Amino acid sequence: MTSSPIAPTFTTPRVRRASTQHEGRTASLLLSPTFLVLALVILYPLLSAVYQSLFSAQSGLDENGFVVEGESFVGLGNYLDIFAGSDSGRFYNALFNTSVFTFVSVALETVIGVCFAVMMNRAFRGRGFLRAAILVPWAIPTAVSGLLWRWMFQADGIVNSISGNQVLWTAEGFASQVAVITAEVWKTAPFIALLVLAGMQIIPEEVYEAAKLDGASAWRQFWSITLPLVRPALLVAVLFRLLDALRMFDLPFVLIGPRKSSVETLSILAWDSSNQLQYGTASAFSVILLIYVAVIAFVFIKLLGADVAGSGDERRQRKAAKAASKGAVR
Amino acid sequence: MRQRSQRRRMIVGGAILATSALALTACASGESGSSGASTEELTGRGPITYVSSPDSSGAAQQTIDAWNAEHPDEQVEWIELPLDADQQRQQLAQNAQIESDAFTVLNLDVVWTSEFAANRWITALPEDELPVDDMIPATVDAATYNDTLFAAPYYTDGALLYSRTDLLDAAGVAEVPETWSELQAACDAVLALPEAAGMSCYAGQFDKNEGLTVNFSEAVASAGGSLYTDDGTPDVNTPEALTALEFLVDGFESGMIPAEAITFQEEQGRQAFQDGELVFLRNWPYIFNSLSATDGSSAVADKFGVSPIPGEEGPGVSTLGGRNIAISSYAENKETALEFIQFFVGEEQEEARLELSSRAPVYASFFEDDAVTATYPYLPTLLDSLESAQPRPKVVQYGTTTAAIQDEVYAAISGDKSPEDALEDLQAALEEING
Repeated sequence: MTSSPIAPTFTTPRVRRASTQHEGRTASLLLSPTFLVLALVILYPLLSAVYQSLFSAQSGLDENGFVVEGESFVGLGNYLDIFAGSDSGRFYNALFNTSVFTFVSVALETVIGVCFAVMMNRAFRGRGFLRAAILVPWAIPTAVSGLLWRWMFQADGIVNSISGNQVLWTAEGFASQVAVITAEVWKTAPFIALLVLAGMQIIPEEVYEAAKLDGASAWRQFWSITLPLVRPALLVAVLFRLLDALRMFDLPFVLIGPRKSSVETLSILAWDSSNQLQYGTASAFSVILLIYVAVIAFVFIKLLGADVAGSGDERRQRKAAKAASKGAVR
Repeated sequence: MRQRSQRRRMIVGGAILATSALALTACASGESGSSGASTEELTGRGPITYVSSPDSSGAAQQTIDAWNAEHPDEQVEWIELPLDADQQRQQLAQNAQIESDAFTVLNLDVVWTSEFAANRWITALPEDELPVDDMIPATVDAATYNDTLFAAPYYTDGALLYSRTDLLDAAGVAEVPETWSELQAACDAVLALPEAAGMSCYAGQFDKNEGLTVNFSEAVASAGGSLYTDDGTPDVNTPEALTALEFLVDGFESGMIPAEAITFQEEQGRQAFQDGELVFLRNWPYIFNSLSATDGSSAVADKFGVSPIPGEEGPGVSTLGGRNIAISSYAENKETALEFIQFFVGEEQEEARLELSSRAPVYASFFEDDAVTATYPYLPTLLDSLESAQPRPKVVQYGTTTAAIQDEVYAAISGDKSPEDALEDLQAALEEING
């Protein structure tokens, strides 16, 4: 295929090539400020973090009790310490927590978010109110919602007094993980709902009318029309949530507290090391988290084909293929 | 087609990179310097900054206003840091690492003093130019590192035992408990009363944060032990530390300390005592005003008293809290800064601040002043507590040290580890930190 599939027919090949070259140069020129900003705010910190992660801060005391500081190059030593050092249990525990929190909460969010979207998509009285009510949790800053849930989950809080139990939610253990996942789902299900709702509103009404004529039940309509057509939007929403949840920090930090092993995530480990002025280890944790996030995202895109870049013609092709296969089944 | 999909991949990759790079940006700094000053001459005059946690009472602002009125050419500007102590420490440490002259006079928690001094982030102060002889010795000790004064004590804090004197009277307990066994006996008597139904005996701060380190090191000192030997070697695997840890662990097991106290920081315990759910509470002086509120918010107004905390065989030993004021090594106008500190912690200003703030002054004389104790009746008790108070471990790596203590003590009181194992692991952890 040539570089420009929809070239106007009346130009000669030579002129066309010249004009695309010219357009390409203009495009690069126009985009260069963006690339420059991206390089400054993303590429530089990223490379700098990778570089930093190869150093370790040594500190000892001299005979007067003053700190003698030095940074020494340790190569992959920080990574080796994380994966196999004496404190590696803490890393694997955090990796496990991060994964469990991410997959459990994103799964729950997706189900609840889709339900919310279906409700919000219906025309009924008070719909505007319902939409606003569902979106409120998303609008609250995470740290604030962490505090809010902390009050509800504390020993004499509303959760215990309504359920009549004496569960210590904010101490260590399974209860604290449940508390974090509850608060996370409460906060972010509206995000999925919002994106799915946007996807639903572009589904033409005629499709549903045709389905009704064919006698399809509401359930069948949802499975065979709504869900497949809303799939691209849903996948993007879930992908964003996955990336976000893997970086989870503020909710467990505020709701349960730092250094509680049952809710410690990778981001909290990075924070903790930088708090101890161990920037090398902190950077190494962040780089590991970055790689983990990238791998999950890559697998997700490969497996489910989430259309992040929005290449429309592919989508059209896929849809056509799907329609064809459906026709064949019928 | 291939080109298009390649470009698409690039965009996707870029998006992923962009999202996850946010996690990294915070950690990409950290060039460290090693130069610094120790006992140089403090020179330079001009405007300075005072960097501190917020002070809602307005007392510190009043002092600064008074200074600024007298020194038009050497104005002090207040830079306010977040309320959270960890964040304050982080900002102060980062400022020191980039050797910025933006911060001049620093308000430091007593436990940070060693770390800041050892890193040469703060300058040694001339001892003979500050009124340290009139101050409570424990507070001066907490501002000293390696026999050199690095900061001036600003205000101080110690532990108090709050008790429900009304219930003690009703149960016929004549004296507030001075030892742990008397505490238990008093509880047994009080909790047998019908009006004490549903109450618990004792609580402190046992959630996994700084409060736990405070409560544990207090218990160890109250059992006659110490976390470090005099030359600074960790020494926690001792019979005294075991007695102390068992006091807490057994307390949780027997129900003397209620199970929910493992989630208590200062405020949750205050709330429980204020609602009449506890007979005894270990806490700081600051809760005195909330407890004695007569607007109906406190169920225990006029029904409680304060005393020094109990110990194993006699009155316990409090941990020392409070704040110090120091000069950043990288600041300009250090001469002005020293004069400002002399003014700030001087007796006159400490007295003026007492009208607005209940923070305990560092001069012993105020604690026996009738006019002052009329407003703050707990001060004489607090002085008793402070005179025997022990600073928390004076170690350079305080952050890792307190984290290690919290890890092991929390594991013991939540039943994950036996007290013996916890102390053994703690000893190993502290030895590793000390290097």
